[in-house]
Amino acid sequence: MSEIEALTREMLQAVEKAQDLAALEAVRIQALGKKGVLTERMKTLGAMGPEERKLAGAQLNTAKESLNAAIAARSEALHRAALDARLASERIDVTLPARPETLGAIHPVSQVIDEVIAIFADMGFSVAEGPDIETDFYNFTALNIPAEHPARQMHDTFYFHPKSDGERLLLRTHTSPVQIRAMENSRPPLRIIAPGRTYRCDSDMTHTPMFHQVEGLVIDESTHMGHLKGCLIEFCKAFFEVDDIRMRFRPSHFPFTEPSAEVDIGCRRSGDEIRIGEGSDWLEILGCGMVHPAVLRHGGLDPEKYQGFAFGVGIDRLAMLKYGIPDLRDFFEADLRWLRHYGFAALDIPSLAGGLSR
Amino acid sequence: MKFTLAWLRQHLETSASTDAIAERLTSIGLEVEKVEDRAASLASFIAAKVISAQPHPNADRLRVCEVDTGSAQVQVVCGAPNARAGMTGAFAPAGAVIPESGMVLKQSKIRGVDSSGMLCSARELGLSGDHEGVIELPGDARPGTPVAAVLGVDDPVIEISITPNRPDCLGVHGVARDLAAAGAGRLIPGSVDAVPGDGPCPVEIGLKFEGPTPACPVFAGRLVRGVKNGESPAWLKRRLEAIGLRPISALVDITNYISFDRGRPLHVYDADRLRGQIHARLGQRGEKLLALDGNEYAIDPADCVIADDTGVLGLGGVIGGEASGCSMDTVNVFIESAYFDPLRIAATGRRHNILSDARYRFERGVDPEFVLPGLELATRMILDICGGTPSEVRVAGAPPARPQPIDFRPERVRALTGMEVNERECVRILDSLGFEVQADILPMPVRAPSWRPDIHGETDLVEEIARIHGFDKLPATALPRLRAVTGAAVTRAQNRARIAKRLLAGRGLMEAVTWSFISPRMAELFGGGAPELTLANPISSELSVMRPGLLPNLLAAVKRNADRGMGDVSLFEAGPQYAGDAPEAQSLYASGVRSGQRHDRHWAVEQRPWDVFDVKADAMALLEQCGAPMDKLRVTPDAPQWYHPGRSGVIRLGPKNALGVFGEVHPGIVEAFGLRGAVMAFEVAVEAVPLPKGRVSPSRGPLRASDLQPVTRDFAFIADAGVSADALLRAAQSAAPDLITAVTLFDLYEGERLGEGRKSLAISVTLRPKEKTLTDAEIEKVAANVIAAVKKSTGAELRGQA
Repeated sequence: MSEIEALTREMLQAVEKAQDLAALEAVRIQALGKKGVLTERMKTLGAMGPEERKLAGAQLNTAKESLNAAIAARSEALHRAALDARLASERIDVTLPARPETLGAIHPVSQVIDEVIAIFADMGFSVAEGPDIETDFYNFTALNIPAEHPARQMHDTFYFHPKSDGERLLLRTHTSPVQIRAMENSRPPLRIIAPGRTYRCDSDMTHTPMFHQVEGLVIDESTHMGHLKGCLIEFCKAFFEVDDIRMRFRPSHFPFTEPSAEVDIGCRRSGDEIRIGEGSDWLEILGCGMVHPAVLRHGGLDPEKYQGFAFGVGIDRLAMLKYGIPDLRDFFEADLRWLRHYGFAALDIPSLAGGLSR
Repeated sequence: MKFTLAWLRQHLETSASTDAIAERLTSIGLEVEKVEDRAASLASFIAAKVISAQPHPNADRLRVCEVDTGSAQVQVVCGAPNARAGMTGAFAPAGAVIPESGMVLKQSKIRGVDSSGMLCSARELGLSGDHEGVIELPGDARPGTPVAAVLGVDDPVIEISITPNRPDCLGVHGVARDLAAAGAGRLIPGSVDAVPGDGPCPVEIGLKFEGPTPACPVFAGRLVRGVKNGESPAWLKRRLEAIGLRPISALVDITNYISFDRGRPLHVYDADRLRGQIHARLGQRGEKLLALDGNEYAIDPADCVIADDTGVLGLGGVIGGEASGCSMDTVNVFIESAYFDPLRIAATGRRHNILSDARYRFERGVDPEFVLPGLELATRMILDICGGTPSEVRVAGAPPARPQPIDFRPERVRALTGMEVNERECVRILDSLGFEVQADILPMPVRAPSWRPDIHGETDLVEEIARIHGFDKLPATALPRLRAVTGAAVTRAQNRARIAKRLLAGRGLMEAVTWSFISPRMAELFGGGAPELTLANPISSELSVMRPGLLPNLLAAVKRNADRGMGDVSLFEAGPQYAGDAPEAQSLYASGVRSGQRHDRHWAVEQRPWDVFDVKADAMALLEQCGAPMDKLRVTPDAPQWYHPGRSGVIRLGPKNALGVFGEVHPGIVEAFGLRGAVMAFEVAVEAVPLPKGRVSPSRGPLRASDLQPVTRDFAFIADAGVSADALLRAAQSAAPDLITAVTLFDLYEGERLGEGRKSLAISVTLRPKEKTLTDAEIEKVAANVIAAVKKSTGAELRGQA
């Protein structure tokens, strides 16, 4: 064994013995640093004869390469060990609870309004609005409910105090005034829905002085009552997310529509629960009809040319039926437990593409 | 409106079952609310004679009865005290369902003795509350006869709800006419033969009105002498009882019967209690009426009254008077049949709050041409039941003229309903409902019958045809699509409310929906309570004023939740508030409250209460999502009175346009709601954020991001305590608006070391060069400009130099 080989072996052993990166670096400097033993040997090559230099040069190069490789390998091993040690020391209890985030919720009324809008939007309807504080004209007269008509008494209207000119404003008893406002504001063809707050001075198990309705109105030159039926059947199927639904159109009477109908849907009642789309019971869910000629005239349209349908549905009632909410009065209590139980996540945005509910 | 099946069959020849009739009624718009068919529910219960009743061998109170059920003799164990030999009871065989309990009766052994069925009490059969003993049927009841038939309760009672436009169906005859038109049977004509009178009516009658539309256009009457009033015959009492009316006396029961049979209210007077001419006129102030309901009413000059020489006898068409009414002793009866103006009847009924069957019919409109037939029918029934001699009829006035015929185009049925109903069927339906149709010309002149005040135009005729033809035949038709792909259904402005709700729910607030009206006290605390926003007829004073803001209800909700042990509450509402009664004074707000701790105690997060900057963040996030120009917003410290004056701000876009408010709720308000601890609140006027003008391109243009390294420099300034952070940040930004991309405040210090009235604000300024890397000299220059700008606008000095 040459001296160089012996030296190399010694250095390689030192590399293997290095316990940390600092010790390894010390070995490297001792061997290959500016004044390292192998570096020093390299410097002596110049003084050698050609044959001797060739032999010694080759030996030195081999030694350098093997040493460099060993140092690199050792370095990686030490790095890995150091990382392992660090990771071991950094262990935490990942079962600790995460930082708290409070969850908010969307009220079922808002959610159902968004669902209704999503369905009717697909049928070409857009959203219209009107004020809660209305005039007699928009709430009654324009809707063909004359002053002394018994129907006006049936509405349990909230009135404001009369003004000096005798006019008495009121809280709208239905969303139907928006029909007139829509006819005044735009020309047919019209397809609008108007969700909003409505008021009646009535309060018991199933009535609250404020509730929500959505009005629908279609006016053009050819829409007939068959379209009304088709539109409402499609709405109910989409809203209740059932493939088929039994529906019954019963003749009824509203001053602002003619012919008028009340609509029942098939359901099954068992205890407190109502299942839509099953069973043999009927449940009334809405009123509708062909817009009365007098209403068209009040909206500035010629009933000989234009016709169409209107309907009104209780939003709170739709919410109760779909989501199994037993008591209407709880809707307006803002009880956190109720809101959490019946509320919806912010990202539960109803759409036909994504599904109305999940 | 209630009637029995047998009663209906008096007007309708039909073989249809009760169920079939009920279904047809609903399908033509006479919605059935209830059918009570005792013949069906009591079908298994039969009359049975007790042959013997022996003591039970093992029980003192029980008896073992041998019972003849008509077809067999069975043994029944019975505990009733009145079960005895010779009586006839109501027997239920094994298998019968007891109406009271729904229990199925079983063959059993009672204390060792076989019992095949049961003798029932009235309560067990659902007939009354009587459970003292078993029912005792009349002795002549043949064993085996159904109990319902023996008791006369086998006639099914049908209850329908009548819409206000159909007064003609407030009589059984009208209901029968509709059913006949719909093919459920043949209408038995309701024509009434006149009863000849014996001499003129000695009672004078008259109408005393001025003006063109009298309150009572026609008034008819006649006297019947020598009647014998008393209890009505059984059939009449049973019919009235079946529909929930209490029989009074034959004379009164007859008028009630005709009211329900023909929808024709009548009144009977004891003629011996009348003085002088009986007439209809308007009331006079000061007149009083002691009515048949026992109440005294102060007559109004707008009421139509029936009067004689002594004064008011009754409120015409609404209620009669006690003094002139018939009693069991009445011998001479004067029958009144009149027609009253529906609007005046409605007003009188409302004014005095009288709900009578007469008012109910007259205010909806009775048949004005049935005044005389109604009188003849009443005369006939009185003669049949009470005897007597009728006078001739007296009539004052005349029924109002019938309206002109309506032009009817049969094709309108298809145009409006989509249903194919041929011309012949249209004519048949109208004819069977009593319309006079001239079918040989087009458009067809159609005259409505006198009993249909609801028919005004062609669409009314279309409706009649459609409902009788059947809404089940309406062809369900999809609305044609207007566009292949549906456009937006909501406007940009409308969409904001939806965005606001989902944003706030995402930030951890629960959405509430609360009343639009609040108590006057709460309204005043929040700047509301104006007289024009106060309801005249609130449901309670707590809900009597339109809310000026959303916070009162939210704070009340915080209190309710706190009372239920939930003290950490974050609630919001997005809804209307009212600054006035005009449509434009209603505005949409998204407002919220946060009270209590941010979150429960937690190992990793220090607990802290909600503070002003939490709700400021809510408000700002909301405004940003609503599209407000965030860099142009300013916060001023002049929030409304319901906020803590030193801990609240108004977010403004320019000096006039306040977009929102946030801050700590004024401690006085918090106390007024009975709350403890600080409550944070924000209110954002969602609609006040200006909408972009015109069509907005969705394009965002190319991204121009500089690859050059940003440079950050920190500065600490010492300023007077009154200097606003906002002013300082803006001053720093203004030093090099093109170069400075961000200025953030990262430290705030107010302490003794700085001295009273001083504070230190440390900011970090980020410079992002666009063209070339900044040299040190350039950076120093910007830094110097920042310091100078801040000093100039706020007076603040760089820390260490102050």
